[in-house]
Amino acid sequence: MTVHSPRARGIDLGRTAVTAAGAARRLDWVLLLAVIALCAIGSLLVWSATQPGDGGNPLDATEHLRKHLIHLVVGWAVCLTVASVDYRSLRAYAPIVYVVTLVALILVLTPLGAVINGSRGWIVVGGFQFQPSELAKVGLILVLATLLGEPRDGEVRPMTRDVLFCLLALALPLALVMLQPDLGTTLVLGVIFLGMLTLSGAPVFWVVGMLLVGVAAGFCVWWFDMLEPYQLDRIATLVDPSADPQGAGYNANQALIAVGSGGFDGTGLFHGEQTHGRFVPEQHTDFIFTVAGEELGFVGAGLVIGLFTVILWRILRIARGCDQPYPRLLCVGVASWFGFQTFINIGMGLGIVPVTGLPLPFVSYGGTALLANLLALGLVLGVNSRDRGFE
Amino acid sequence: MTVHRPPTDPTLPGPRMGRAGLVIAQVLVVALFAVLGARLWYLQVPMADHYRDLAVANHHQRLVVPATRGQILDAAGRPLVSNRTELVVSADYHEIMGMKDGGEKVLTDLSETLDVPVEELRQRMRLCGPEVERPCWPGSPYQPVTLAEDIDPAIALQIMESSDDYPGITAQAHAVREYPNGAEAGQILGYLQPVTQEELEAREELRTQFTGIDQVGRDGLEAIYDSELRGTAGERTFGVNNHGEVMDVIADRPPRAGMHIITHLDTRVQKIAEEALASGMKAARPRYKADSGAAIVLDVRTGGIVAMASLPTYDPAIWQGGIDQETFDELLSAEAGEPLLSRAVQGQYPPGSTFKVSSLSAAVENGYSLRSTYACPGSVNLAGQNYANYAGGGHGTISLHKAIVVSCNTVFYNFGYQLWVKDGGLEPEGEPKEAMSEMARGYGFGAPTGIDLPYETGGRIPDREWKRTFWEETRENNCRRGEEGYPEVAKTNPSHASYLKRLAYEQCVEGFQWRAGEAVNFSIGQGDVLVSPLQLVRAYSAIANGGTLYEPRVARALVSADGEVVQEIEPVVAGKVPVKDETIRYLQDALEEVTKSGTGRGAFADFPQDKVSIAGKTGSADAQNRQVSSWFVSYAPADDPQFAVVVFVSQGGTGGTTSAPIARKIYDGIYGFGEGDAAEPALPDGRPRAELPTVRPDGSIDPLDR
Repeated sequence: MTVHSPRARGIDLGRTAVTAAGAARRLDWVLLLAVIALCAIGSLLVWSATQPGDGGNPLDATEHLRKHLIHLVVGWAVCLTVASVDYRSLRAYAPIVYVVTLVALILVLTPLGAVINGSRGWIVVGGFQFQPSELAKVGLILVLATLLGEPRDGEVRPMTRDVLFCLLALALPLALVMLQPDLGTTLVLGVIFLGMLTLSGAPVFWVVGMLLVGVAAGFCVWWFDMLEPYQLDRIATLVDPSADPQGAGYNANQALIAVGSGGFDGTGLFHGEQTHGRFVPEQHTDFIFTVAGEELGFVGAGLVIGLFTVILWRILRIARGCDQPYPRLLCVGVASWFGFQTFINIGMGLGIVPVTGLPLPFVSYGGTALLANLLALGLVLGVNSRDRGFE
Repeated sequence: MTVHRPPTDPTLPGPRMGRAGLVIAQVLVVALFAVLGARLWYLQVPMADHYRDLAVANHHQRLVVPATRGQILDAAGRPLVSNRTELVVSADYHEIMGMKDGGEKVLTDLSETLDVPVEELRQRMRLCGPEVERPCWPGSPYQPVTLAEDIDPAIALQIMESSDDYPGITAQAHAVREYPNGAEAGQILGYLQPVTQEELEAREELRTQFTGIDQVGRDGLEAIYDSELRGTAGERTFGVNNHGEVMDVIADRPPRAGMHIITHLDTRVQKIAEEALASGMKAARPRYKADSGAAIVLDVRTGGIVAMASLPTYDPAIWQGGIDQETFDELLSAEAGEPLLSRAVQGQYPPGSTFKVSSLSAAVENGYSLRSTYACPGSVNLAGQNYANYAGGGHGTISLHKAIVVSCNTVFYNFGYQLWVKDGGLEPEGEPKEAMSEMARGYGFGAPTGIDLPYETGGRIPDREWKRTFWEETRENNCRRGEEGYPEVAKTNPSHASYLKRLAYEQCVEGFQWRAGEAVNFSIGQGDVLVSPLQLVRAYSAIANGGTLYEPRVARALVSADGEVVQEIEPVVAGKVPVKDETIRYLQDALEEVTKSGTGRGAFADFPQDKVSIAGKTGSADAQNRQVSSWFVSYAPADDPQFAVVVFVSQGGTGGTTSAPIARKIYDGIYGFGEGDAAEPALPDGRPRAELPTVRPDGSIDPLDR
């Protein structure tokens, strides 16, 4: 799969040495600042959402905040490291990352795995929780970018055989994640695949075919009751969240109340009564947007939406600037992931998308997810500082 | 940002498609996120108020803190109704019924804990309705349904602490009414029952401060003074989290305890009256049925009710918790004598000779002189019919004074007949004066007295107009019977059937006529005349006090829980008896003589009349298919009247033999003329209490008779 030659590697290394300082200057600072802003808002929201709710001093309850900040430090270190390494050299590690994530995904199904919130998606080692499915997203992007971005036999675009390889590369993690079961991650993996395939220049037949299969699969999952009953209920209550306020619609309903009661300027950080009464479940993770909605109001929550729009716009802009398919597809994969996950997460908080357990990138509490997000950001930043103006 | 691009082959499909697709992707992102933004705007700007309301409903928990219900005290401050705290176990109706097994499991568990058959718990969970036998829940399904009362604190604690094992079940402290005097004055005090759905909808003040375990007064003083006794419930608003755990107190409005009612009643006199009535009725049996009776002691100067007994009676405590079907049926049954019914206020009976004071007044006000003498033969023949004295004997020519003292019927028959003739007899010309009926109404008969007790009867004072109305109402049936007869009666008793047919025919044809016989019977309080014991005692207290009719009052003052007298209930003058002072004085003299040498002398033979002179009148009323009913109505002391006392025993014999001795016992007790306990006056100086008992600021009560 790896196609780089020693010569190319030598050139890369030399160029890296020469242009290291320039690369930092050529980082996409708009993208970087937008993500930093999101991380900052996210930290405040996590802090507020994890108050014990007894009206005590916020400064006393900083356990989750401190962990979150450690996650951020680790994540940013990884991000900047990845950004400073040439993405082309990372290609060599793509298969390794992919295989490691597959092994981890298999491990969660063994007794090493832990069930949290109905999904066997965690490995707990020595009080340290790790969620392999988050890294599986990065692994899949790296592998698909390689398969689709560097076609065999001198083709300039992926042909049927490449697409079939891609399907195989998708199928393994997808199946493992579905076994957990984790509907959210399953959907994200599928969307990453569809997004990258669509923009890879693959034959139209495959693109349209796969899009149709994706839609059909989603429909079948719903129709053939492959979803857990609670997930069906969540879809059903999306139609009318008030139909069963204490049952399946409870989360959606409480989320709406939290967001709606925030009003234009919000109740103020640490002052959300919905938040501190713990009416919305999973407030520091999946439903963190409702905290923004309640405490920061339209001003703050709108800013969050705006920052995500900027981030996605910038990632796609970097992709547009790429002449090579591999880095471009890397960006497309990351954009598909962030875009889909963000839309689903916020849409869920706003009651226009069924309740699905997906964290909000850069904002939600959760070490593995944050690490994976920042790792992916590092890839994009690395592409930007190197690909443009080169070759 | 300008970007240097290396030359690429634009004909290559990969980059070209990719770039176009990326632009589309960017547009797509902006569009989708604009949708999120728009949705956010919709939720947070136009809909913000809606969601704020929902949020408040979410995390504000209102707890209504019930106010302590006021006590009902007697004139000396002794409790008639007080409060006691007990622990009750109750269930949330909707939560239990909403369980998959209909609450079967939790009720079974609870029955073991409480050691009560599960069947009983199931019955008490049912809502009362026409088809449902008691025990059942008479209140609203939105209130906690009481399943067991007066439970052991250890069991209550067990239920409270393991609330997960008993979903929908709570144990709480609950103030319950206590009746220290048992059945005495039961009908006056009334009782409490859970609020019904209808009451909740109809009464604004109940709805706004509904605590869930509220009860309302259903009878007696509890009903009439319900809002004063109830107080104002407090309200505490908590901020709660999603588990309902209290996080902070947002607002706190403490409850204001209900007012105490100080009544004119005196528990000692009440007890004396109850016991005298009960033993007097017992003495009348078995010769007479003596099925029910009433005795009232009225303060003639204010209209205050000092005692009011009605037998049979019952202990209002039986209403506490869920009353069972057997007790409930018994309360309403004829065999038990309908103890819920206050004979004193709700009963109406022919007054017999006690009514003669009204007839005498009517005669005197219409031209018959107080100084003349009148014939009292053994019987008189009026309009072709013979009317006899009670015992059949005559007294020759006598004064009106003596006519009252010996209760001569024939004198009054003549008055009744002559006044009827004056009005034009069967065919009055113009507007008849109806002197007898008008005077009766002037004494307050024929209309409710306005006492502060519910369901009071107005009695009945018949006249020509009443007769016509009655005829119109019954004519259709009478005319049909006059035509068709009584075939169902004819099968067994043809002669009686033909009599009934003739009667119906007569009623049909000329039933509107106020006939001579009716006017004659009216004059001695018979026929269609009906009065309540309360109306009668009020009429006599008017004679005693010089002619003033008061609206009787049980309540004397409302006192706040911390002792402030909120309101003294002033006597209300309902009217003046339309009689000259001279006539009143004449009547007073005659009535005083009744207990010395007249029909009441037997009962008062050895009564110390030199100390307290009793004025009174006996009455022995007949009614169809019933034994004679006994009346004695009186007041004392005759020279400075304080109390009026009426005693009535239904089917209890003559007034002089049954009721007068009961009244005497009551006077003995009030003035301390009896033996043993009755040797001490129940009321100091033989007068109603002048001052009010003191309720101290801490809520304790300082009775007047320490």
